[in-house]
Amino acid sequence: MTEKKLVCVSCPMGCELTVVLEGKKVVSVSGNRCPRGEEYARSEAVEPRRVLMTLVRVEGGRDRVVSVKTDRPIPLRLFPKAMARVRELSVRAPVAIGTVIEENFLSTGANLVTTRPAR
Amino acid sequence: MRIAVIGAGAVGSLIARELCRYEAEVVLFERAPDVGWGVTKANSGIVHAGFHDEPGTTRARFCAAGNALYPELATDLEIPFRRTGAYVLAFTTEELSVLEELREWGEVNGVPGLELHRREEILAREPRVNPEVRAGLWSPTVGITLPWEIAIAAVENALDNGLELHLGEPVVGIEVSGGRVRAVRTDKGRYPVEAVVNAAGLFADHIAQMAGLEGPALHPRRGEYVLLDETTGGLVNVVLFPAPTQVSKGILVLPTVDGGLLLGPNAHDLPPDAREATETTREGLEEVIEGAVHLVPDLPLHKTVKTFAGLRPESPQKDFVLGETEVAGFYQAAAMRSPGLTAAPAIARWLAHEIALAHGLEERTDFRPVRKRIPHPADLPEAEWEALIRKDPRWGRIVCFCNRVTEGEIVEAIRRGARTLDGVKFRTRAGFGRCQGGFCTDRILEILARELGAEPWEVTARGGASRIVLGEARP
Amino acid sequence: MRTYTVDVLVVGGGAAGMAAAAAAAREGARTVLLERGERLGGVLEQCIHPGFGLHRYREELTGPEFAHRMRQELDDSGAEVLTGATVLEILPDGPAVKVVSPKGLKKFRPRAVVWAVGARERPFGALRIPGTRPSGVFTAGLAQRLLDLEGLLPGRRAVILGSGDIGLIMARRLHLEGVEVRAVLEIQPFPGGLTRNVVQCLRDFGIPLLLSHTVAEVHGRERLEGITAVRVDEHRHPIPGTERRIEADTLILSVGLIPEVRLIEDTVPLDPVNRGPRVNGRLQTEVPWLFAAGNCVAVFDLVDTVAELGERAGASAARYARGELPPGKPVPLVRGENVVSLVPSYLDGTAESARMYLRVPRPMEGVAVDVGGVVRRRVPVARPAEMIEIPLDGDALSELSQKERIVVEVKPK
Repeated sequence: MTEKKLVCVSCPMGCELTVVLEGKKVVSVSGNRCPRGEEYARSEAVEPRRVLMTLVRVEGGRDRVVSVKTDRPIPLRLFPKAMARVRELSVRAPVAIGTVIEENFLSTGANLVTTRPAR
Repeated sequence: MRIAVIGAGAVGSLIARELCRYEAEVVLFERAPDVGWGVTKANSGIVHAGFHDEPGTTRARFCAAGNALYPELATDLEIPFRRTGAYVLAFTTEELSVLEELREWGEVNGVPGLELHRREEILAREPRVNPEVRAGLWSPTVGITLPWEIAIAAVENALDNGLELHLGEPVVGIEVSGGRVRAVRTDKGRYPVEAVVNAAGLFADHIAQMAGLEGPALHPRRGEYVLLDETTGGLVNVVLFPAPTQVSKGILVLPTVDGGLLLGPNAHDLPPDAREATETTREGLEEVIEGAVHLVPDLPLHKTVKTFAGLRPESPQKDFVLGETEVAGFYQAAAMRSPGLTAAPAIARWLAHEIALAHGLEERTDFRPVRKRIPHPADLPEAEWEALIRKDPRWGRIVCFCNRVTEGEIVEAIRRGARTLDGVKFRTRAGFGRCQGGFCTDRILEILARELGAEPWEVTARGGASRIVLGEARP
Repeated sequence: MRTYTVDVLVVGGGAAGMAAAAAAAREGARTVLLERGERLGGVLEQCIHPGFGLHRYREELTGPEFAHRMRQELDDSGAEVLTGATVLEILPDGPAVKVVSPKGLKKFRPRAVVWAVGARERPFGALRIPGTRPSGVFTAGLAQRLLDLEGLLPGRRAVILGSGDIGLIMARRLHLEGVEVRAVLEIQPFPGGLTRNVVQCLRDFGIPLLLSHTVAEVHGRERLEGITAVRVDEHRHPIPGTERRIEADTLILSVGLIPEVRLIEDTVPLDPVNRGPRVNGRLQTEVPWLFAAGNCVAVFDLVDTVAELGERAGASAARYARGELPPGKPVPLVRGENVVSLVPSYLDGTAESARMYLRVPRPMEGVAVDVGGVVRRRVPVARPAEMIEIPLDGDALSELSQKERIVVEVKPK
């Protein structure tokens, strides 16, 4: 059994949560003051997920880069790999906002999409 | 005949310009990448009247004379200069007697218009002055200017009159034989010359030694400053001095030509080898604030935009070292401590004349004394601004919002020689306002890169390793 | 110089200005929006992280996406937009507004003006930190613009001073881009930004947060070479002996935003704490034709709030331009205990409803906000990073407007 300390970010309260795990299974959550805290702890303790936001190189345009994000959260542990992949990508200007640059990014089910137009 | 001037500060630049009035080839060497970046850059910018200097000193001889030349210099070179007048304030009985002494010195030195004012008169004119003041020496001829603008303008004008300028080229040797100067050596080459003017500021002793001369013995004296933003200038309209001490003129409060308030400097003597010690210190900044608050108690210190320190050359004699030396053709304009900036135009005119006499140089008939400043459209009549925009729309695009500097001005500054962010700032005042470049640094960087045909990561703040960005996020 | 007559002139093309212009135009006012930069969106364009729009659009957007939606709303509204246009002067007589752009000088004669120019960052110099003055020192916003708009890397090893949200966001952005973030220093004993950002920007990546720390000295002649970090006591004075040097080529400052009031500061009374103009519930200043919204009024935490204030200001300005906003009797809001930022500064009975926004000076738990003894609202956790929002309905407003002054305070419940 392992114990993980987390700070809940579901609301501004910032409850200090303690999660007891057996392998990848959550045994118990304590310290939360509402059910959202428990929900947060259960996913966060097993596999924290975040939206990745970064830049992709633009070729043949005025802008050097365009901002991109994953259209849904991806596992935080994949971030180093994701950044390595992002560095290999490029798009040709002009690019519209919401353009999918890579589908099923790193097999996460998330798409990498532009968050602004690039010229 | 070829003459080398070493050092493109206010003093060297003005000397170079004055030499261009004569039939001579003038070469100006500067170790920094731009003009005015040494002692000149971090200076109070005061044009003194001449009452602070003991009669009989070289300082006294040239200070009032230099002050008298400023209106002409400001007109010819289009540099900002404003005779604000100044008070030396006395708070104690001892300080009252210091004022008396200063007035006597001033009268001997030929300083016009000195008057002793009583408390009420001072407070009526400058209501923010500490009400505990007892009396003040009023000096109407004290003025304010922009020191680096003098160097920039003098060099631009000298270039227009045939000057050869070598920036980023430190002098490493001076060849003397048979008691005469023969050549100047730099890190890039050897230049045969018949005369050398040593205006190397903090490093004038090193240059003198290269010519085999002893003095002057220099050490840096550090002065720290606090600058308040461009909305504070109206709080104090004249230069305020405390009663001077044996060491210095004291910590002042003065309006700047940009509409801000400058506080400082303190004065700390540093060891001779500390010639780049331009860092500020916690104690020093506290000392500056304490000194300034003594003169003006309710200063809006929350409007501080910048703190900085400057070094000036100090010698045991506390006086300028000027003129010819035992090495024929080697002239000094060294140990230029305060009031060096004020004295500079008079020294430049005198020294150039001395050199011309000694070497039999004729005055040129085609010397053009006038230099046009970079237009600042925000100060121009509307029709003139519109005409500029019609010619080039970049004169209508504001880049520095605090000081309303247009892209046109920045491009013109680069055309005139700015190669760095500071080069642009000192020529246009872009980035000198209350946001301190927070909104415009990226845009100036982009313009510099475009105009210089460089990449943004090759552009520096002030040469050397002072790059602003280090590369691309996605190379 | 040509003169243009308009109903509402909006200055600033960020979230507040876009919302104001769209709202004014929807009210039928002939509206012109002036933006000094080349594109609309303001600071949103450089905030490429998500976390925007949860209130306004009920979904989580990045800054540029939020700006994009607002631009579309603005397009649909019929307001006219001038970019590259900088206001030079606002003459209270008239009023008249002088503007320059690459197309020339223009003068506007508006019936109402909405000031929506945002805030500026407190610069390094204002901190009076001793040491050298090398390159490599950036305000967080400048670093963010260089990195996320221009694609330029400000440095390789960074220290961040200030744990406000922008500082935390930049810590994560720099880390992801391969910059080694050595530490985030915070002079206060608690983080300046949201808990969520402390977790997701620092803890996720193991970036140390040093509370009660500041920069004692900056080192490096040309480029920054390092800083001396020092612990501070409860009065924020450095504790001797706690200095330690951190090698870094980049120092990022997130040490506060200041509402931009240049050009109006001599015309309109300011609130000394907010540092923006004093406004009523309709975002009208004490100069009746001048309205203000967004971070130039006070620094807000959410762009959703800023956009909402912009809309309110724009709609009010349009109504004022039609002569439909008669002045009421002003009742000042007065700060009681534990209130720093406070918007509005006064109520004057002209609004049917209003919202009040306030910040507390330090983290507090189990408190209640009391508005003139009329409205009382429990707040389980109050943090300086978050604005507390209190809706004031018509009944509350009419009761409050009977008073001479309204004391707002935050007290243990």
